[in-house]
Amino acid sequence: MQTITNISQEILEAFASSEVITTPITLTAIVIGAIFVNNVVLSQFLGICPFLGVSSKVGTAAGMGMAVTFVMALASLVTWCLQEYVLEQFGIEYMQTIVFILVIAALVQMVEIILKKVSPALYQALGIFLPLITTNCAVLGVAILMVQKEFSLLMGVVFSVATALGFALAMILFAGLRERLEVEDVPAGLRGVPIALITASLLAMAFMGFANVVPLP
Amino acid sequence: MSKLQLITKGILKENPTFVLVLGMCPTLGVTSSAINGMGMGVATMAVLILSNMAISLIKNFIPAKVRIPAFIVVIASFVTIIEMLMQAYVPSLYASLGVFIPLIVVNCVILGRAEAFASKNGVFDSALDGIGIGLGFTLSLTVVGAVREILGSGTIFGYTLVEDVMPLIFILAPGGFMVLGYLMVLFNKIAKR
Repeated sequence: MQTITNISQEILEAFASSEVITTPITLTAIVIGAIFVNNVVLSQFLGICPFLGVSSKVGTAAGMGMAVTFVMALASLVTWCLQEYVLEQFGIEYMQTIVFILVIAALVQMVEIILKKVSPALYQALGIFLPLITTNCAVLGVAILMVQKEFSLLMGVVFSVATALGFALAMILFAGLRERLEVEDVPAGLRGVPIALITASLLAMAFMGFANVVPLP
Repeated sequence: MSKLQLITKGILKENPTFVLVLGMCPTLGVTSSAINGMGMGVATMAVLILSNMAISLIKNFIPAKVRIPAFIVVIASFVTIIEMLMQAYVPSLYASLGVFIPLIVVNCVILGRAEAFASKNGVFDSALDGIGIGLGFTLSLTVVGAVREILGSGTIFGYTLVEDVMPLIFILAPGGFMVLGYLMVLFNKIAKR
C-alpha cells in the first residue's frame, strides 16, 4: 500500500515535472503540431485501416474519433507510467512491445465493460468501435512515440489527446468527402479503395500547407 | 489446395496489399524507397512465418475465448526478437523503419492469417501459407517503394536513374496515397485477366 501511495505521489509530481520545461507555449506547439502539421493519418500513416474502413459516414467517423480519443488518452497515461515505473526500473525496456499491446488490449476490454455499466448512452455511441481500436496502430504508435520523444507525463497526455483529435479531424473530413463521392460517377476501375486513396492523397496535400507552422517538439 | 498453390496464392489471388487491402499502415509509411519497402516486407514475412508455425503448434491448447490475446502475445514475442536482430545487424534499416517495426504487432495481415489459417491447419501448411502471403506482401511493398523512389528521387535501390530534380511529393505522404491508389487500379486490371 505504501508503495502505491508513493508511486501515485510520484505520478502527481511527474505531472508538474521540472525535468522538462513545460510552458504553455511548448504545449500549444505540441497540440498544433500533432493535429495539423504531423497529422497522425495524413502525414505519419498511422491508423490507416479505420481511416479507410470506417469513414463512409460522417456520424460513424465522429464516433470512431471520439472512441479513439478516449482510449488513446487513457492508454498513453497507463503506458507512460508502466514505462517509467516498471520497464525502466527493472531494465526490461525490450519488453515494451509485448507489454504495451497487452495493456492496450486489456484497457479496451475494461473500458468497454465499465462503459456498459456506468454510461449505457455513451456505450451505445462508442460500443461498436471499441473492439476495433485494439488493432488501431495509432494507439500503440503514439504510446511508443511518446517514449521515444522522452515526453513528460503532461506533455505525453497532451500529445496523445491532440494526436487523437487530429485522427478525428482527418476521419470526419475524409468521411465528408466520401459521402460526396458516393453520388459521383467514378470510373469503374477506380471505384472503392483506389478512389478513396487518391482522395486521401489530395487531403494529405492540403495538410502539407501546415508544414513549418510550428517548430517540431 | 496443393502445396505450390499455398505459396503462389499470396502473390496474385490473395495479395494482402492490393486484393485484401490489409496492413495499409506499413505499406504507406515505409515505402519512401524500394529498399525500405523490401526490408519491411522481409521483416513482416519472418514474423508471419514464425507466428503461423507457433500458433499452428499450440492451437489445440488455446481456449477459444482467449485466442486473440494469445495470438497477440505470440506475435509480439516474435516481433521483439526480429526487432532486436534488426537493431544488431541492419542498424541503418532499423533506424529508417523506426516506429513501424514494433507496429508489425498490429499489422492485420499477421493476426488475420493466424485466425483464418494457422489456427485451423498443420505446421507445414501454415509455414507455406506464411511464406506465400509474406512474399506477396514483400513484393507489393517493394513495388510501391520502387515506384515512389523512381518518381520522387530518380533512383532505384539507391542507383541513380535520372539526374534531374524529381517531384519530391512522391516521397512525401500525399504521393504514398496516390501511388498506392493507382497501382491498385493497375493490379486489379492485370489480375482480372
